[in-house]
Amino acid sequence: MADNKKNPNEVSDTGHEWDGIRELENPPPRWWTNALYLSGLLVLVYFILYPSLPLINDSTEGLLGWTMIKEYKENLAEVEAKRAPFEEKLAAMTVEEILADPDMRNYAVGSSKVLYGDNCAACHGTGGVPAPGAGYPILADDNWLYGGDINTIVETLAKGRQGMMMAHKDTLKPEEVDSLVQFVINASESKATEAGWKLFNDKGCVGCHGADAKGIHALGSANLTDQIWRFSGEPEEIRYTILHGVNDPSDPQTRVAVMPAWNEKLAVKLEALKWEEEPEYDGTETQRLTETEIKKLAVYVHQFGGGQ
Amino acid sequence: MADNSMAVQQASTANDSNAIYEEVADWHINTGEEKVVAKRLKGRFRLRKWMGMSVWSLFFLVPYLRWDGQQAILFDIPDRQFRFFDLTVFPQDIWMLSLTLLFFAILLAAVTSVAGRVFCGYFCFQTVWTDIYTFIETKLEGDTPQKAHKFKQAPWTFDKTWRVLTKHSLWIAIALLTGLSFCAWFTDAYQLWGDIFTLQAPMPVWVALATFGIFTYGFAGFMREQVCFWLCPYARLQGVMYDQDTVLPAYDAERGEPRGKLKKGAVDGSKGSCIDCKVCVAVCPTGIDIRKGQQEGCITCGLCIDACDSIMDKTDQPRGLIRYASYKELHHDQNVLPMYRRPRVIIYSLILLLALSGIIYGFTTLSPTEFKVIHDRQPLYVRLSDGSIQNKYTLKLLNKTQQPITVRYSVSGLEGASLHGMEDEVIVEPGRVVPVTALVRAPADVTEDGLAPITFEARVLEQPQLDTTYNSMFMTPE
Repeated sequence: MADNKKNPNEVSDTGHEWDGIRELENPPPRWWTNALYLSGLLVLVYFILYPSLPLINDSTEGLLGWTMIKEYKENLAEVEAKRAPFEEKLAAMTVEEILADPDMRNYAVGSSKVLYGDNCAACHGTGGVPAPGAGYPILADDNWLYGGDINTIVETLAKGRQGMMMAHKDTLKPEEVDSLVQFVINASESKATEAGWKLFNDKGCVGCHGADAKGIHALGSANLTDQIWRFSGEPEEIRYTILHGVNDPSDPQTRVAVMPAWNEKLAVKLEALKWEEEPEYDGTETQRLTETEIKKLAVYVHQFGGGQ
Repeated sequence: MADNSMAVQQASTANDSNAIYEEVADWHINTGEEKVVAKRLKGRFRLRKWMGMSVWSLFFLVPYLRWDGQQAILFDIPDRQFRFFDLTVFPQDIWMLSLTLLFFAILLAAVTSVAGRVFCGYFCFQTVWTDIYTFIETKLEGDTPQKAHKFKQAPWTFDKTWRVLTKHSLWIAIALLTGLSFCAWFTDAYQLWGDIFTLQAPMPVWVALATFGIFTYGFAGFMREQVCFWLCPYARLQGVMYDQDTVLPAYDAERGEPRGKLKKGAVDGSKGSCIDCKVCVAVCPTGIDIRKGQQEGCITCGLCIDACDSIMDKTDQPRGLIRYASYKELHHDQNVLPMYRRPRVIIYSLILLLALSGIIYGFTTLSPTEFKVIHDRQPLYVRLSDGSIQNKYTLKLLNKTQQPITVRYSVSGLEGASLHGMEDEVIVEPGRVVPVTALVRAPADVTEDGLAPITFEARVLEQPQLDTTYNSMFMTPE
């Protein structure tokens, strides 16, 4: 370093010279060389502390024992630790209690987004409205086949749903089918004719859809008098439903509408509670979602805008 | 500078590469191998430097100000708010911070274009802390390079040992206090002291203390002017903000040259005013020779002006051989522009004014609440069984006041529209946002084109002056 006090002409050179410019043997600044050595040292320290040398199946472990996946798992555990008090509280609450408690309700809704996206949105759509014409029930409206109160939603989720409407292609004459199609359209606009009602009653539709054609929750039959269509309001589609039914095993062309069971064990438990009995499990019940997850999803579906 | 460029010119015309080497040898550059021990003299600029430095006492003291039982100025990062006496600034108002940063960045440019590196010379933390550190050092170890050298060479006596120990203890104490004061802006200052002394402070505090401690001690204690020379980007940045009207501490070579030693205490008419006493070099905190012209090492602190003036007084010559002067002044350029006609000054002032009015506007119109309505996108609307249409919204009200508020929502501006699921009032705690879901129902024929304006009203029950509205849209199938 003291060299740059001297006249550079007096410094020895490497013997290289270009156009009179000589390459002098001045050392680089000491801080610079020190920094270079220090960075080398840092590499060494890094090699010792962190996983670095690749071996055949894995790599050297490093003194700190740090790995990326470990850090990820730790972070995940941290998130879960933060959620744990909520989850525990949630598990101990009934769905009605969750709905009534704004904090828990917000937590349930906030933590269900992914759950709903993974399990439900494929059919029912992100916001509870499926793609038009896909034939899945809308969750965001106020029309419910089985009932829109929070407990019924839990039940629907737990045991799944599979309604049944007989195919009528063999039992109804074409003109009767025409009349019924017209009746259903008229009913949704509250202008069904006397003749229509008579046919509705005579052909046994009343058995499932109810005397007022508003559907029966216990059976999951559709309300024919409102402006919401389970499948479609187009005359051709209504005809198809009447001819081939829904989930009718005797008709290969029947409409398929199945809600899978997400927690059969919970379904058994809920059924037993209804009759005030001890639940009897046979050990084969599937549990695709936990009871807490079902509760959260019920709250999530309830807040789409149609919950009752 | 002029001499050097001439030397370069000669070298290229004569094609004599040795001239380049000679010129390089002439430029002495200290890359840290020499310790600069600057002599401390009293004077006008020394006083200005103390005044500039004293601004930094705010950095140490302001965190202890209290207001309404809370820290008056606090950057509360965990709660994401900035408290400034009665005002609370939330991340939503971050644009005001941008304007503040813009203001100071342009202020730096403006001041530099008028009077050079004023920031470097009088305010920069590197300058200020270094000055305090060297103040302690020169008091303990001698205030000239000779004395300092002698002190260093002296055997380790008791006297030397306590002086060195005291110096480093004071340095470390200042370094740690710097770190602590920095932390105090971000957390309750009084509690911070307690936490540190009971070793309860959170990790970031220790990290900040260690970082500030190490860097303050290292930069102000050891690296000093080397930081200005080789680390600081501003040093280079500010150099290009000069023009020929910028006033800088400069040596009046015309008057000073040819320099020469003073003989028998009398000014000899055959020489220039400079008596080559080198006091200007001795007092320079970056160790440069101002007589070589403007150079990157000059932080324009003006201490050489004080030094030269004292010598001029002693030798019965007029002051100002080294003075704040512009390039034009030194070169007898008559075309000196007044301040208000210099384009840089005008443009910088305009930007400063804009930023400042933005900040003032922001602070005076800081709304105590912030109300947002977000229309649900999926689905845009839902048809209900009676044929009416339902839209779903998320209403978010941010409470920037210090008290909880109770809010009641309603809708208006759309015939037949009604709000559902919002029967209860919503209580919003200070500094919080409470999102609520609102369902609005309206007949399907409420609009022809599928889109109708609707207004949400938020009524604050405690303070009706906080009532706000938000204009949104109601969507129907077309």
